[in-house]
Amino acid sequence: MSGPSTYVPKSALGRWFESRLPIAGLIHGSFIAYPTPRNLNYWWTFGGILSFMLVAQIVTGIVLTMHYTPHVDLAFASVESIMRDVNWGWFLRYAHSNGASMFFVAVYIHMFRGVYYGSYKAPREVLWILGVIIYLLMMATGFLGYTLPWGQMSFWGATVITNFFTAIPLVGDAITTWLWGGYSVGNPTLNRFFALHYLLPFMIAGVVVLHVWALHVVGQNNPDGIEIKNVNRDAVAFTPYATIKDSFALVCFLILYAWFVFQVPNYLGHADNYIEANPLSTPAHIVPEWYYLPFYAILRAIPSKLGGVIAMFGSIAILAFLPWLDTSRVRSGKYRPMFKIFFWAFVLCCLGLGYLGSMPAEGGYVIAARLLTTYYFGFFIIILPLLGIFETPKPVPASIADAVLARNGGAAAQPAE
Amino acid sequence: MISFKSISLALAISTMAFTGAMAAEEGHGATPPRQEWTFGGFFGKYDRAQLQRGFKVYREVCQACHSLNLLRFGNLHDAGGPQFSEAQVKALAAEYQIKDFNDKGEAIERPGRASDRFPKLFVNADAAAAVHGVAPPDLSVIAKARSYSRGFPLFLLDMVPGFAYQEHGVDYIVALLNGYTKKGEDHWNEFFPGHQIAMPKPLSDGQVEYPDNAPKTVQQYSHDVAAFLMWAAEPKLEERKKTGFNALIFLAIFAGLLYFTKKKIWKDAH
Repeated sequence: MSGPSTYVPKSALGRWFESRLPIAGLIHGSFIAYPTPRNLNYWWTFGGILSFMLVAQIVTGIVLTMHYTPHVDLAFASVESIMRDVNWGWFLRYAHSNGASMFFVAVYIHMFRGVYYGSYKAPREVLWILGVIIYLLMMATGFLGYTLPWGQMSFWGATVITNFFTAIPLVGDAITTWLWGGYSVGNPTLNRFFALHYLLPFMIAGVVVLHVWALHVVGQNNPDGIEIKNVNRDAVAFTPYATIKDSFALVCFLILYAWFVFQVPNYLGHADNYIEANPLSTPAHIVPEWYYLPFYAILRAIPSKLGGVIAMFGSIAILAFLPWLDTSRVRSGKYRPMFKIFFWAFVLCCLGLGYLGSMPAEGGYVIAARLLTTYYFGFFIIILPLLGIFETPKPVPASIADAVLARNGGAAAQPAE
Repeated sequence: MISFKSISLALAISTMAFTGAMAAEEGHGATPPRQEWTFGGFFGKYDRAQLQRGFKVYREVCQACHSLNLLRFGNLHDAGGPQFSEAQVKALAAEYQIKDFNDKGEAIERPGRASDRFPKLFVNADAAAAVHGVAPPDLSVIAKARSYSRGFPLFLLDMVPGFAYQEHGVDYIVALLNGYTKKGEDHWNEFFPGHQIAMPKPLSDGQVEYPDNAPKTVQQYSHDVAAFLMWAAEPKLEERKKTGFNALIFLAIFAGLLYFTKKKIWKDAH
């Protein structure tokens, strides 16, 4: 797709440098000349939004680190001192904690978009799997970060999550002790969680580079799921077309983000996390952050501890096999009438699991969680493989230009440049 | 126009995705009635006179058992707070005895200064529990550390512009302070989870003198002290809401400009 760069710097110094390290050509090829399908809709702007959120989290996080103390006796007070005594500290902290939520909002939309439009299908399997790895790293980073303020939910959340490892037969207890650096969550745990919380975002950034690289090798998918055949008819240049569209979408997203930071900054948190961690007092209900709730529901839906942990990790791991579970020849859900129904049912299933994850694990909630867990796995293991065989897809347009033409009621598509 | 439909859909989906942790909280006590607060809403600001009265209630009643560790005396003078005068804060701080060391390294007690924190009432939680049975919680962030569940679907409404509701904590505090409704049972509270509360009824009518004409009732005291505790927990609330208003205006205009630029650039490509 991108091919060798045709970029020629205008200045002599630029040409001198380019022949030694062609970084300007790389940037030009990736973000300026790169051909992007002309039929992309706004669901395709979330990749750019996610890049912005990663940078925003790293920048606010680094400044917060300058004022934070990772010690069980001092952490809670140091966060409060950021809120009170550090210039713009309240903004940094609320931007960072709500930023994590916004990051997950964007990643969930990005992932559902990928599923709906079949973005994981050949030749984009590696691109998709890299995305699953990023998501996994994000979940780890979010969890580690939530322990740092050392409130009640920080402490008990960390206790619950690290206890998963005790479910491993034979060596579980030894592994958990090793993770904790002691016999319970304590100061060594907080110290290592802090170190890892600082490390993982840079690992995410590394995998993001691979993700973007893979994207630029295979090219972007699009709502019609057809490859670019004629660059002049089917594509537009990344700059200015995608740049301006992504910028507009990003600023709209920032309005949502700003609303949370400035107006309802504690809505997505839990009141108990404003109580300093107390190992002797367990909160009535231990709940993780909202973005883990569907997986928490799956964990608790399984009546055995080891089974629950396997199901929970399995529910994420299964995403990596999606390219091979979906047997349909047609890529985009737009042309798959039955898939559409099962897809939206899957979205509702995930939201339902999220709600159930926030409720106590008792009575009807558990039954509902079991039903939805069955659908969650059934969607991947049964529905997607069979749909490819039994579904009759609608006819797919011959080219992206034809698809755009059909949508615009026959108006001739102008060449982009 | 696909763009706006898609964006609004995106927002709707993300909105639905927030099955907030609040839903998880189970209210064993009665649901606190909703109160009117000057600091609620988009342009919320604290009522200075209310914060000053609330501080008086804290100092004369709550402080007997509850510390306010995270605050400094000087905060009482800060913009966006009760805004006592510098002289008032200085005089107030001097009434407290602060543990310190002199030039020879000997432990001493000296009069407080504006830069000192409100002193701890006990060396640690065990010492507090030994006196009170249960250690009385520090009140610095109590207004954010208490909440109650509004249940599905109301909790979803709490984040929506125009309906946003953030004052669960203060409403709970007011309800709790007025919740000793069983005559003769000093530790029974309508709003406390489980109803058995360690703290006996702390307020009664006429207990605290007010410099202004505000009624000297438990109702009024509880509102004033809850507002004060909200400020203690969220001293930058006014700055936050004001900055947020400017930020949202800026972003809205910026988004508008980008939208028309985008339309112009894409005119020939569609």
